[in-house]
Amino acid sequence: MLFFMETVISGLLAGIMYSLVALGFVLIFKASGVFNFSQGVMALFAALTLVGLLSGTVPFTHVDNPSFAIPAWAAIPLTIIVMIIVAILIERFILRHLVNQEHIILFMAMVGLSYVFEGAGDIIWGSDVKVIDLGLPHGAWDWLLDTHGLYIEKIELVAAAAAVVLVVVLAAFFQKTRIGRALRAVADDHQAALSVGISLRYIWIIVWSVAGIVALVTGVVWGAKSGIQFSLSLIALKALPVLILGGFESIPGAIVGGLIIGVGEKLAEVFGGEVIVAIFGRWFEIDPGIFTATENWFAYVLALIFLLFRPQGLFGEKIIERV
Amino acid sequence: MNSDIAQLDGLDTIPKLLDRNAREIGDKPASREKEYGIWQSWTWSEVRGEVEALALGLLELGLKKGDHVAIIGNNRPYFYWAMVACQSCGAVPVPLYQDSVAKEMAYVLKHCGTRFAIVENQEQVDKLLEMGSKLKTLKQIVYIDPRGLRNYDHTSMRSYKEVQKLGREHADSKRGKQKLSLREELEKRKAKLTGNDACVILYTSGTTGEPKGVVLSHYNIVATAKNSSEFDHLCADDSVLAYLPMAWVGDFIFSIGQSFWTGFCVSCPESPDTMHQDMGEIGPTYFFAPPRFYESLLTTVAIRMEDASAIKRNIYKYFMDHAGKTGGPILDGKSVGLWDRLKYALGNILVYGPLKNSLGLSRVRVGYTAGEAIGPEIFDFYRSLGINLKQLYGQTEAAVFVTQQPDGEVRADTVGVPSPGVELRIDESGEVFYRSPGVFQDYFKNAKSTAATKDKEGWVATGDAGFIETGSGHLRIIDRAKDVGKMADGRLFAPKYVENKLKFYPNILEAVVFGDGRDKCCAFINIDLNAVGNWAERNNITYASYQDLAGLPQVLAMIQAHVEEVNESIASDEMLSGCQIHRFLALHKQLDADDGELTRTQKVRRRIIEEKFSNLIDALYDGSNNIFADTEVTYEDGRKGRISATLEIRNTRVTTIEQRAAA
Amino acid sequence: MNMMTQTSITDDGRTIGGVQMKVDNISLRFGGVTAIRNASFDIRHGEIRAIIGPNGAGKTSMLNVINGFYHPQDGTITFKGEKRRDMRPHIAATQGIARTFQNVALFKGMTTLDNIMSGRALKMKRNILWQMLYVGPARQEELENRKFVETIIDFLEIPHIRRTPVGKLPYGLQKRVELGRALAMEPELLLLDEPMAGMNVEEKEDMSRFIIDINEEFGTTIALIEHDMGVVMDLSDRVVVLDHGDLIADGTPDEVQKNQDVIDAYLGVAHD
Repeated sequence: MLFFMETVISGLLAGIMYSLVALGFVLIFKASGVFNFSQGVMALFAALTLVGLLSGTVPFTHVDNPSFAIPAWAAIPLTIIVMIIVAILIERFILRHLVNQEHIILFMAMVGLSYVFEGAGDIIWGSDVKVIDLGLPHGAWDWLLDTHGLYIEKIELVAAAAAVVLVVVLAAFFQKTRIGRALRAVADDHQAALSVGISLRYIWIIVWSVAGIVALVTGVVWGAKSGIQFSLSLIALKALPVLILGGFESIPGAIVGGLIIGVGEKLAEVFGGEVIVAIFGRWFEIDPGIFTATENWFAYVLALIFLLFRPQGLFGEKIIERV
Repeated sequence: MNSDIAQLDGLDTIPKLLDRNAREIGDKPASREKEYGIWQSWTWSEVRGEVEALALGLLELGLKKGDHVAIIGNNRPYFYWAMVACQSCGAVPVPLYQDSVAKEMAYVLKHCGTRFAIVENQEQVDKLLEMGSKLKTLKQIVYIDPRGLRNYDHTSMRSYKEVQKLGREHADSKRGKQKLSLREELEKRKAKLTGNDACVILYTSGTTGEPKGVVLSHYNIVATAKNSSEFDHLCADDSVLAYLPMAWVGDFIFSIGQSFWTGFCVSCPESPDTMHQDMGEIGPTYFFAPPRFYESLLTTVAIRMEDASAIKRNIYKYFMDHAGKTGGPILDGKSVGLWDRLKYALGNILVYGPLKNSLGLSRVRVGYTAGEAIGPEIFDFYRSLGINLKQLYGQTEAAVFVTQQPDGEVRADTVGVPSPGVELRIDESGEVFYRSPGVFQDYFKNAKSTAATKDKEGWVATGDAGFIETGSGHLRIIDRAKDVGKMADGRLFAPKYVENKLKFYPNILEAVVFGDGRDKCCAFINIDLNAVGNWAERNNITYASYQDLAGLPQVLAMIQAHVEEVNESIASDEMLSGCQIHRFLALHKQLDADDGELTRTQKVRRRIIEEKFSNLIDALYDGSNNIFADTEVTYEDGRKGRISATLEIRNTRVTTIEQRAAA
Repeated sequence: MNMMTQTSITDDGRTIGGVQMKVDNISLRFGGVTAIRNASFDIRHGEIRAIIGPNGAGKTSMLNVINGFYHPQDGTITFKGEKRRDMRPHIAATQGIARTFQNVALFKGMTTLDNIMSGRALKMKRNILWQMLYVGPARQEELENRKFVETIIDFLEIPHIRRTPVGKLPYGLQKRVELGRALAMEPELLLLDEPMAGMNVEEKEDMSRFIIDINEEFGTTIALIEHDMGVVMDLSDRVVVLDHGDLIADGTPDEVQKNQDVIDAYLGVAHD
């Protein structure tokens, strides 16, 4: 039972990561109908930038100069400013020129953008695996270990807390503020939004800045666990099944979808083999070992099933074309 | 009568009650209105200030004792205050049905010789100006909402706020021969006012002829309010939503009489369209609605449940079945088993509570219905939910209350025991008579009708046939006395009784049964567009219009089944078995007050219908299978048009006494 | 015929002032297709100006030029004394031009209230940080604007649908909400693109009343496109007639009705 609990909890914590990435996607998709393929690389880029600032890496030289190292309290706001500048550049050089274009063209632009990010990260900060040290606590949570024998890493709890705070702030931002209302308006009808004086450019910059900040949080939390390296950008691919599960336009969907996939794939990885053997073992001889890599494909199979039976996702609005 | 007035401890007029409330419960809320999305409220002492300012302004404008003041608009606190302001000046308010057409309105305004009119907005101002030359007596129009009126000639027109401002500004300036200030003049008039003075004139739409102005005195209103409030233990903490027409006696009793007597707060909805939402927010504890209201509410619930998921539907059905068995007895305080009580409590959490809440009825302590018979299953539905819905029987001439059902003695087929202070008498023809403190003074300028209705001892003829049930002492009403007729073979003809049975089916909105002096009964049916339309939608049956829907064979078959069920149930009653319906047709248009087929209170005007659709009636009796109908209709804006259709006439199965005997 | 400064009073007591907007020699082409050819006319303060014409005459294009969705190849637009080559939607909105669309362009997922609130976008100035905190001035500002929006809801008689997502409303009410959103901008010039299209008689009458009341109560200048001739002749002070991109008449409803070119343009052209 204890082992099962540990599996579920570590699944939930992994799920939070997926949720964070998916959240970045949903934000941009809602506001501009753009599928931001580069969200994962953006997380990588943001994390690299933060690490670079923290360790005093001189841009383009890949050499650390400790005398340039900036403390965390200044490095984090600085990174945020960088992400906002990135957002402004994206609006200026990409989105502005692609207004009212086909979805596929925008998508291709995003694919291109992801390569630009990757290259820029490489050129500016180098391609070594980096370790991020924000002074976040490491090791197991002693109290749980002592009293219940549960092994949970402190860093994972911090990550969970960060994600919850982020989601609450975002939800409030969308529902309660004028900008939130403007964002929803733009998502609904561009022309009407223009006619009431909402500036599309301004909105896009805000959305991309928010997505940049979400990317930063994702990059830092993920990176703190497994180091900052190129594989970070691949989590973007995991976010895809999450979105299919949760619905492309739903913030709660992104969160719940992420958690389901996180828990699901951990459980499948650990118990999947045994379950299959227990059920079908009577008739077939099955080697439980063949299920050890479930984690890699479980999410996609689940997404496939959803596409077949509930294409709008758990929280998506029913797709009805009105005449 | 003076000794009766003495029982009221000097509180024999509405203005005196207002003074008492401002003095004793000045900080309690008296009026509420939702405006700009927010509930505004006024305490009793604030209301007194508002009323006084308006009264002073009206005096300044020359309102005389005995003047009649027309009140036209939707329920709003300003109107209730205006009525009391008029009374304070010794004038008599005359509230009118605001949706009545100009002709009806003109008749009433002319008949009572109104000098002042207090109206809501441009729409009513326009109506009054249109009548212009016909209303020679009208001197001053006061409007509440200034929108769209900016460019109107303001020589004899002012806004409500301006009148109040005028009153406040001139309150203390002395004038006239006696050198009285306006304030002194107002106090003088209030002091002079007694319970015997007229309090209000309410015009009853009447099923025949011109409207009659029922004059009710302050004593009528205050004594009735006192008695009825005590009967149901109403208190200052109760809450009421004023949404029924102000021209109707019930609203006057509830929103002025009982409110001023007990001090409870009256809330006005934001607009007629938001009534349901506003009701949910206010949560009235004392509530009145005509049967139609409860019917349509139940229809909405039924439609919503049809569309709900299977799980929800099953839970709903399971617990509603349970409520049907135990809800009524629990409400009546009868003994119910522990297990059933627990199950009912669970149902209350899962179904009844949320349902009541969404209907806005969760706080209702005393709920009434009257005016028409209510379907037993509709009545029981609300009672099984734990809503204390009761019936009363009343008339404008009685200041509402004639009989009402006490808590714990509630049934769908009676109208209750005589209200406090009411004496009942049934004459040999079966007509019900009553005498009470609420009995009206007279019909305004109509001594003939007064004499025909009220005798010298103060007994009033109700025009309804009924009997007092032995044992329970409850009154049961059969029909309008004049409508209970004889068929050609001498058997009893009670159309209303049959029509009510038909109308209990949600698909049937209205029915008119003919048969007086004839050898058999036939009927017009008006289908309910909501219920039948929804049924058609669910069954993928398309239709273009009301007349289209009413002519569909499937719809007619459904109606035919209802009629045959009714026939069966009537056949079991030997006295009334002659009233079974042999043939019917579904009308191609909805009966409508604008076309004169219904009264403003939605009652059928039998004679007008008989005249207007005489060819259809002929067809019902001459055996033809269909008939072409072409009828003039009036749209809401007063324009006319025509609707025509060929109507199918259906024969229905009837059960003769011999057949029943054989069976 | 110089009407730049002259002020007149209409029969029903409204004051019509000098020129508010002037459209000069506007030509608009899409590729080889000419949508508007050399059109010039003006709109005066406080008047109700109608733009009519058979289908495809260039009426909606004209509105789109005025509020900056389209950029004409030739001509100038003068609004409140400022002469421009073309408009930009954002500038039009800031300068006090609001509009509605032929096929209702509402934010379908939002409630009536939020839709109309979105019309206040330009009136709310508190920056993003205040809004994130939703305290102090931002909250105060939100409440003040909400109050204003409630008066519009009251004005248009739609309190019962305040919390309803507009996608669920019938067409006639959606049109009313859209009008409400435009009014929330407190516009000086209100452009209405077929405000009564697809409405029944009763809804049309309501809408006419609202248009007249807006014009009277707030003194808002209104330019409208409408197909229903009866409505146009009743409502408007002056009428511009377009036909295949050409301006063929400009004058009072009476004058326009008698104009032979107008009669010819409408003859044989099926319109509803």
